[in-house]
Amino acid sequence: MNLTLFVVVLITAILLVVIAMSIARAISPRTFNKQKGEAYECGVPTRGKSWMQFKVGYYLFAILFLMFDVETVFLYPWAVTVQDAGINGLINVLFFMLILILGLAYAWKKGALEWK
Amino acid sequence: MFDFSTITQWVDELLRSFLPHAAATLVEFILIGLCLLVGYAVIALVLIYVERKVCAFFQCRIGPNRVGPYGTIQSVADMIKMLTKEIIDINHIDRFLFNLAPFVVIIASVLAFGCIPFAKGLHVIDFNVGIFFLIAVSSIGIVGILLAGWASNNKYSLIGAMRSGAQMISYELSIGLSILTVVVFTGSMQLSTIVEGQADGWLLFRGHIPACIAFIVYIIAGTAETNRGPFDLPEADSELTAGYHTEYSGMHFGFFYLAEYLNMFVVASVASTLFLGGWMPLHIPGWESFNQIMDYIPSIFWFFGKTAVVIFIIMWFKWTFPRLRIDQLLRLEWRYLLPINLINLFLMVIIVVFKLHF
Repeated sequence: MNLTLFVVVLITAILLVVIAMSIARAISPRTFNKQKGEAYECGVPTRGKSWMQFKVGYYLFAILFLMFDVETVFLYPWAVTVQDAGINGLINVLFFMLILILGLAYAWKKGALEWK
Repeated sequence: MFDFSTITQWVDELLRSFLPHAAATLVEFILIGLCLLVGYAVIALVLIYVERKVCAFFQCRIGPNRVGPYGTIQSVADMIKMLTKEIIDINHIDRFLFNLAPFVVIIASVLAFGCIPFAKGLHVIDFNVGIFFLIAVSSIGIVGILLAGWASNNKYSLIGAMRSGAQMISYELSIGLSILTVVVFTGSMQLSTIVEGQADGWLLFRGHIPACIAFIVYIIAGTAETNRGPFDLPEADSELTAGYHTEYSGMHFGFFYLAEYLNMFVVASVASTLFLGGWMPLHIPGWESFNQIMDYIPSIFWFFGKTAVVIFIIMWFKWTFPRLRIDQLLRLEWRYLLPINLINLFLMVIIVVFKLHF
């Protein structure tokens, strides 16, 4: 039942965009002007493309994010059963978390958390 | 307390009495979709109006006051204006990705919106991994923003999208970990179970200090997640014109605008569902008559009241703190919130394992 509802909500979202866009396209005015199609930057014609190499700092944070997000995902199943797992489960998970905290400490020491 | 499932069951029986089984199910699905869309649109419009009014009062202005009484239908007029604005075709963009981006953003926010328990029995999607699902779908929005920035072929858009992506994925972590703290306490990921588990005391009051810390971290991370001030540097209008939606016009832009406000609502309502008891009235164990009086207030008012308080706090942030620089923003997340969150999670686990909670 829930999966069907998920599909219903998904279709609703798609229909919202499609219907609103078609209404907007139907009733909005249309004028043609060569200048309109240009990039909205400074008024001066754009130099080159914007599809270029970008600062590597963002990429580093993306990698760090991946590591910790996967950690969070792995912790969720344990979090549900934490009351049953008790102290044994806690000790097991502590080892797992220790490794990740070591990773964070390493990244911190290497200066990966610094914005340069 | 009034239970909305009586209404839904009545509609269900009514439809099934004169329609064949498949047709009745179809009509129900259409009704669900319509209700969601109406709720989505109304909440977005109300939030836009409230945002402008609150912002005006913080700056000692009056705000919108011409269209309708106290300017109440100003945002409706704005939406109609946005529908009738020209959608400019730009000739240097990646057209497919450019048109795909609003879909992704809207799908993410509608799916997240569909997970929220609004009142007793008023709940569309109720997975047993509900809160997990909610985190998963709300992070799809980042993909939409990155697509919008990349496809626009505009430097402002690209910089805005990259900043937005870095910020949102960083703070996603804090959101995930603070919600994890709640899941450790409640032992369930199903939103309805979490709400019902808070019947004799909201989690903020039952969970000792760890729950309070998790709440504060969640609010900070949620504000950053929705790209609102003081974390609004993806759209810092003084340096980037409008960030990732610079090249979007008309209704195309309107989708981003809608999704932004809806995301704020989703963040606030998740905060109120997890920490402030959702639609659960304020119950104090032992005070029977007080609890009964509180039960008379319908659950939907409780939910929207709590959400409104959280939304007001988020709006308040914007006018209190100056905008952060990107290095300060990332340092706040990676050096402060993340370690605090991990320690906090550990504290919460100790409280739960040794049964120190109320």
